Amino acid sequence: MRNLELEFDERLCATCSTYDCLVKCQYMKMDKDTAKAEMQKLIKGEDSFVLHECVTCYACEEYCKKGNHLFYLITDLQEKRGILPAPKPILKQWVNIGIPGRKDIQQFWDAKEPVISLCLFPEYVNSIQGKLFENVSIILGRYFFCQLVYLHFGKPSLIRERLPEIIENIARHGFKEVVFFHDECYSTFVSYAPAYGIKVPFRPVHFFEYLYNKLKEHEDEIKPLNIKVAYQRNCSSRLAPEKEHFVDKIFSLIGAERVARKYDRENALCCGGIIRGLQRYELFVDVQKRNVEDMFNAGAEYCVFNCPGCFSSLSEAVAKKGIKPIMMHDLCKLALGEKPTGWK
Amino acid sequence: MEVTGMDRIRKALAEIVGEEYVSDGKEELYIYSRDPGLMEPHEPDYVVMPKTTEEVQKIVQLANKEKIPIVPVGGSLSLSGLVIPHRGGIALDLKRMDRVLEVNEKSRYVVVEGGITCGKLKAYLDRHHPNLRYSIPDAPPSATVVGNIVIHGQGRLSQQYGFNSDMVTGLEVVLPTGEVCKIGSCSVSPYWFSLAPLPDLAGLFLGWFGTTGIITKLGLRLYPKKKLRDIEVFVVEDPNLVPDVIHRVTHTEMAEDMFVSAQPYPFMFKDVIMIGICLTGDSEEELEFKRRMVWDALRPHIDSKEGGFMMLTPDIKRELLEMPTRSTTRFADVMKGGGFEYCGPIIPVEKFPEAYKKLLELSSKYGITYGMTGRVIARGNCMMFAFGYPFNRADPDNIERTKKALHDSNLASLDIGGVPWKPEAPAQKMIMERMDKNTLELMKRIKKLLDPNGIMNPGNWEAR
Amino acid sequence: MQAYAEQIHRCFRCGYCKFTSDFTDFNCPSYSRFRLETYSTGGRLWLIWAWLKKEIDWSEHFAEIVFSCATCRNCVEQCPMGFSDNIVEWIVAARNDMIEKGFTLPKVRDFLNNISKHGNPWGIPRSKRDAWAEGVKRYRPGDEYLLYIGCVGSYEERGQRMAKNLAELLDKAEVSFGILGTEEDCDGNEVYMLGEMGLFQELANKNVQKFKELGVKKIVTLSPHAYNSMKNKYPRLGDFEAFHYTQLLLEMIGKGKIRLSELKAKVTYHDPCFLGRYNGVYDAPREILKRIPGIELIEMKRIRENSFCCGGGSGNIVMDLLGKSAQSPSRIRVREAYETGAEILAVACPSCMVMLDDAVKDEGLEGKITVKDIAELVNESTNRQ
Repeated sequence: MRNLELEFDERLCATCSTYDCLVKCQYMKMDKDTAKAEMQKLIKGEDSFVLHECVTCYACEEYCKKGNHLFYLITDLQEKRGILPAPKPILKQWVNIGIPGRKDIQQFWDAKEPVISLCLFPEYVNSIQGKLFENVSIILGRYFFCQLVYLHFGKPSLIRERLPEIIENIARHGFKEVVFFHDECYSTFVSYAPAYGIKVPFRPVHFFEYLYNKLKEHEDEIKPLNIKVAYQRNCSSRLAPEKEHFVDKIFSLIGAERVARKYDRENALCCGGIIRGLQRYELFVDVQKRNVEDMFNAGAEYCVFNCPGCFSSLSEAVAKKGIKPIMMHDLCKLALGEKPTGWK
Repeated sequence: MEVTGMDRIRKALAEIVGEEYVSDGKEELYIYSRDPGLMEPHEPDYVVMPKTTEEVQKIVQLANKEKIPIVPVGGSLSLSGLVIPHRGGIALDLKRMDRVLEVNEKSRYVVVEGGITCGKLKAYLDRHHPNLRYSIPDAPPSATVVGNIVIHGQGRLSQQYGFNSDMVTGLEVVLPTGEVCKIGSCSVSPYWFSLAPLPDLAGLFLGWFGTTGIITKLGLRLYPKKKLRDIEVFVVEDPNLVPDVIHRVTHTEMAEDMFVSAQPYPFMFKDVIMIGICLTGDSEEELEFKRRMVWDALRPHIDSKEGGFMMLTPDIKRELLEMPTRSTTRFADVMKGGGFEYCGPIIPVEKFPEAYKKLLELSSKYGITYGMTGRVIARGNCMMFAFGYPFNRADPDNIERTKKALHDSNLASLDIGGVPWKPEAPAQKMIMERMDKNTLELMKRIKKLLDPNGIMNPGNWEAR
Repeated sequence: MQAYAEQIHRCFRCGYCKFTSDFTDFNCPSYSRFRLETYSTGGRLWLIWAWLKKEIDWSEHFAEIVFSCATCRNCVEQCPMGFSDNIVEWIVAARNDMIEKGFTLPKVRDFLNNISKHGNPWGIPRSKRDAWAEGVKRYRPGDEYLLYIGCVGSYEERGQRMAKNLAELLDKAEVSFGILGTEEDCDGNEVYMLGEMGLFQELANKNVQKFKELGVKKIVTLSPHAYNSMKNKYPRLGDFEAFHYTQLLLEMIGKGKIRLSELKAKVTYHDPCFLGRYNGVYDAPREILKRIPGIELIEMKRIRENSFCCGGGSGNIVMDLLGKSAQSPSRIRVREAYETGAEILAVACPSCMVMLDDAVKDEGLEGKITVKDIAELVNESTNRQ
């Protein structure tokens, strides 16, 4: 295992005037003084309540305007100190799901660009069809799984242990560009890998960038949807906010109005899935309730999802409130007059 | 038997049920000689499909007169070969007798004929009595309700209310000597609501695998059906924790079905043991209350980091909540081989860790994969623990190893203090060898009393 | 074809294949008819494997079991296993294997010989194929659609009535079409299902050659059976589109080419297997019925993917292996239709028409419920100007 060091610069924290990373945290209430004190403990590698109470929403990566990596530091420290955010059997299941296997590779030798990696979501293969996905190849499976999920479980070393093999599996195909269906995969390659000095020999393309460009190609076929939507911004969005603008560009192209609501953009709430996985049930209920009520009060007809994980954990609550849950690419299909997969 | 003798019997049977519903064709004899499990096949001489109790009665009387064995056949899905005609004779396929005779909504019971499928009863209640449900097992929908009862099956309501055979409120039985008998309140009153307070004669027919008579009608308890249903799955790595998890959750009395499962594949299930806890409610509030009670009951295991509730996608939930569960049936294709069989003893809950350890040992010893499932019964009073082995019908070596594993599983079950459920004939012998001598004697006496000519499903519960 | 021999042992005989998706009813035509386990899909597959292993010998009863499957596809729809899509193909492959080895039923042999010699399963001379078609235009190169009639539509009285109605309607809608008349050959769908691959290839090749020569680009079929074979089995050989007549009629109605007047009736619709389960066309026929003013569509319990086969498939319309009983699938289906309170049982397939019409008579329900096809109903509605 290569000993990959986190590129964390404590001098940036020493000169920070806001400590936004911790002050803005939506799940731990802290004033600036407390934040500063806890930050010192973390920098020194000491114990801090932050390591135990963090819900792993990734937001502090975004709040820090200096490009330091508080969340990655937290996860490294959790591992070092043997702090488990989730129970051991839950962790074990996730460790097993992501074992990079060799068996998937044969099926994908013929994959050619444009290629979309569907990561660990085979249930979405059928949704990759229609005008937006003509001539696209798909790769999927543990072989290509980005491994980033272990940030939620205090086992980031597993990411670094497996990532080089994953990158090689992808690079072996000779791809210059790979579109990543899952935001988390994209963020792994543009944020996490560089933060640990891991080189990525292909250009990761965000799914929304791909969708936007494809929509532009078919612009004259788009019938504006004229709907009000809430956008569920997932955790890994925080790691690469520079691609965020594609969300608004797509909405504008397809005639979707992103309702002004409290828990959007930097203020977005975790979908609750991982919080539940960390066994914090009351917090999970609270977070979903606030999020969905916020969407409802803002008049959203649809809740548009970026991440299949968010979709799994939040779609039921959204639907119960009378709001239609839909993945972004399915919404784009609707705008082109195509029926989203599974819709009657 | 001479050819003319056989023709005479065939003719007599055809006179009872009609030519269309008797067969001695080689093809019928082949199919009815076996079940989808691994027991050795043995052909019957005839296959008959009666439509009424009177027809069953006439067939039994004929069989008694001619001393021909009779084997009642339902869904053939015990997988333990309980419908295999070990001594030939008449395979009596009861599935044409498949009507729902009565549903009493106020007293919550149903009366059905002896050959109705689990699927049909479920569909009927869903459509006509949406506030009522019965304890449906995980077997495919073509299993028969009576077949499942007669082997002491368990279903979705067993954690709350006991074995499915505990839910019997009445029977109509054709005795081996040909009399038709009513058992329970229906023998005295027009209502099929209860076995008690009469002497419990149902016990003469439940668990006997048809060796004491043929059940032609069944009265069965129905239970309230709530509007909403959900599931939580608690996972642990250490099997020693499972009994306590079960104990705590059953204490809350909040759960509907509770099942345990473990299998080496897919990877999401590897190395952990999953405990499924189903919840029902007529409102979100009721559901949430029950869910919180269950979460609270398991807090100590969560805080110790030794156990946790899984995050379930809507697809996984749907699969786990399905009734019956398709995934149980799909286990048969794990080896792409068309089959599985399991030794599923009933054990005290505290014996789970021992049984689990034994299962892993046997799977490794015989080099075959496994699927463990278990169902909690009667608030944790006991549980069914299944040593499940998928096999490939087309691979004789795999079949041999599976048979050995099943044999050893039966022995292991008895060793840890459990009792094999719906045991195959060899396992029945293992049980009888260990049985209290007087109990065994009592069983013999009852069998002799009810079936003096020994025609009913011979080869089963035969003590030396 | 030998692939089936390597896979067929995977059937567990779980029995899901016997049912509808909600288990209300048995939905396998041969199992409903006979109720012996041998006649369920699972029993059939196990027996075929037993025959392959030489555990059982060929017999006429075995052949009856194998050939009494109407290939309705309910089992494919309901089987929970990963191989479910292949089940009917396995049975077809087994039949092919048997035919090649010289084993078949006399009825099946006659069926196939008649098609080979006379282009239809009854052995009626080819010259009579267009006897129904007086005044109906023959296809000429440049016509938009080839109207393909099929054997039942050409030779069977009730099928002929359907053909006449449809031809009349297409005329009224000013569709550019023509028929092949005596030049038409059997489409081969049942030949395929019976496993006679050699004859099927011959028929398919001959037909496609004819279409090519005439420059046919679009075919509209009377029968869903022909629709199925031309849409799914033929295209590997030729370049044309196939439609079922209900799809074309709906289009014509939508364009205003067919004007519908009031036709008051309570109607229930029977989904044909080769239109429904095989090709996913459930809505077009229903749309047509809904567009006819005055028609009240009352659905049966078993519709769409759960439609209960009339029992006419796989040549049974001629061979009648599922007949002669109150439990014949066609009679069960007619009883189900009658229970809805409908006066008309609407069909979209000539085989269904014949099977169900006969069943109405056998059930003694003449005058109480009538079997009519969609084209006839539409035609009736247009005649009421």
